[in-house]
Amino acid sequence: MAEHRITTPVSDEVIAKLKSGDSIFITGYLYTGRDSAHKKLIDLITEGKELPIDVKGQFIYYVGPTPARPGKPIGSAGPTTSYRMDSYAPTLYELGLKGSIGKGARNEEVKDALKKYKGVYVASVGGAGALISKSIEEAEIIAYPELGPEAIRRIKVKDFPCIIINDMYGGDLYEEGKKQFRKE
Amino acid sequence: MKIIRLSEVRDKIKDLVQTANFELQDDVLDVIKDMESKEVSPAGKVVFEQILENSRIAREEKLGLCQDTGLAIFFVEMGEDVELDKDDGLGSLKEAISEGTRLGYKEGYLRKSVVEDPIRRKNTGDNTPVFIHWELEPGEIFKITFVAKGGGAENMSAVRMFAPAAGQEGVEDFVVETADKGGSNPCPPIVVGVGVGGNFEYSALLAKKSLLRKPLGSHNPDPFYADMETRLLERINNLGIGPQGMGGRITALAVHVESFPCHIASMPVAVNIQCHSHRVMSFEL
Repeated sequence: MAEHRITTPVSDEVIAKLKSGDSIFITGYLYTGRDSAHKKLIDLITEGKELPIDVKGQFIYYVGPTPARPGKPIGSAGPTTSYRMDSYAPTLYELGLKGSIGKGARNEEVKDALKKYKGVYVASVGGAGALISKSIEEAEIIAYPELGPEAIRRIKVKDFPCIIINDMYGGDLYEEGKKQFRKE
Repeated sequence: MKIIRLSEVRDKIKDLVQTANFELQDDVLDVIKDMESKEVSPAGKVVFEQILENSRIAREEKLGLCQDTGLAIFFVEMGEDVELDKDDGLGSLKEAISEGTRLGYKEGYLRKSVVEDPIRRKNTGDNTPVFIHWELEPGEIFKITFVAKGGGAENMSAVRMFAPAAGQEGVEDFVVETADKGGSNPCPPIVVGVGVGGNFEYSALLAKKSLLRKPLGSHNPDPFYADMETRLLERINNLGIGPQGMGGRITALAVHVESFPCHIASMPVAVNIQCHSHRVMSFEL
């Protein structure tokens, strides 16, 4: 399993190097968004309106952090379960999103979108929100502050650790891992 | 007659919800360390290391172990010989628990994860309402147990109304099937709470109550159910899902089964899935 250090925004050439099971460390900016923010983004797209963020080349991190203590950029900030964003994700990949970060399996539509639009789905460790917060240097709410923990934030990360679950070639770490260790 | 001041309850709750969200308890850490030593998958071992490192950081910096600091769920065991002193403007025990929760979630920088309506979904902003299960008992007991229950694992839970003919095999297959379906979603290694019997709603409550059992991984006193727990843990760990679903030998940390009498026509079974960040704490007054 290879290890990659990538910087956002990323190009298709970078995505092409990433294979399921590889470790990646992301540096740069990520956007955060979960259930409610995704619904709002997709509603805007449906209405033909402009989005508050440009997703081209970017990664969206599915997270609703705890509030930051004074002097800290963010609180505990681990991934939330990704399947709840499955119905929204393909549209965002079509618009040029390159990656999403969460935990848990995606449906076939998302996996197809990764192949079609050259994207990846990656996981960070669920339930390790305190540890993960150490890779986040800045956080700023840029849309939907009324959603509280669900607001869209732009966060600056350094060596943010993730594992590639689904690559653009159809690879799926969850399926491969389970197959390797399953006993009937 | 024991007298309990509501202001004391409020203050205890305020501390309890914070401590439970910052500090993984020793019984949980013991099981995690034991299971880490049994994991053979390299990716799984890395996940265990990160879980333990996360618990050190959360404890030291008073940060949520997980950003999902949960619905605030309480089990209140109260003796009939306990009298409540409604001091400090607190009108009821429920109000004292709610107020303690509000204060604790605010002061502890914990996430507010409650929406006021399931369809219209506006955040209530203070993590209330709380969820309280009341148990009135004889005597002077006054014990409150708190569970911070995250949404990701709760969503992977299930209830099924079996015909009695499904038998023990039907029950066990359903538990394993529920864990398998949950896969990587509920943040494995999971804790599996099972309620067998009762009726539709009681089976679910039993499943949740089984998660309160201390220490984590201890067995039902009935050898029949203790054997079932051992067998279920082995079967779930044979699924290969592994820590965080990345493949491995440890998918579950523990299985707790609780049972209750039921109707001659029924055999309800509920499976309540809990993540590795098993946050359960109690106090007694």
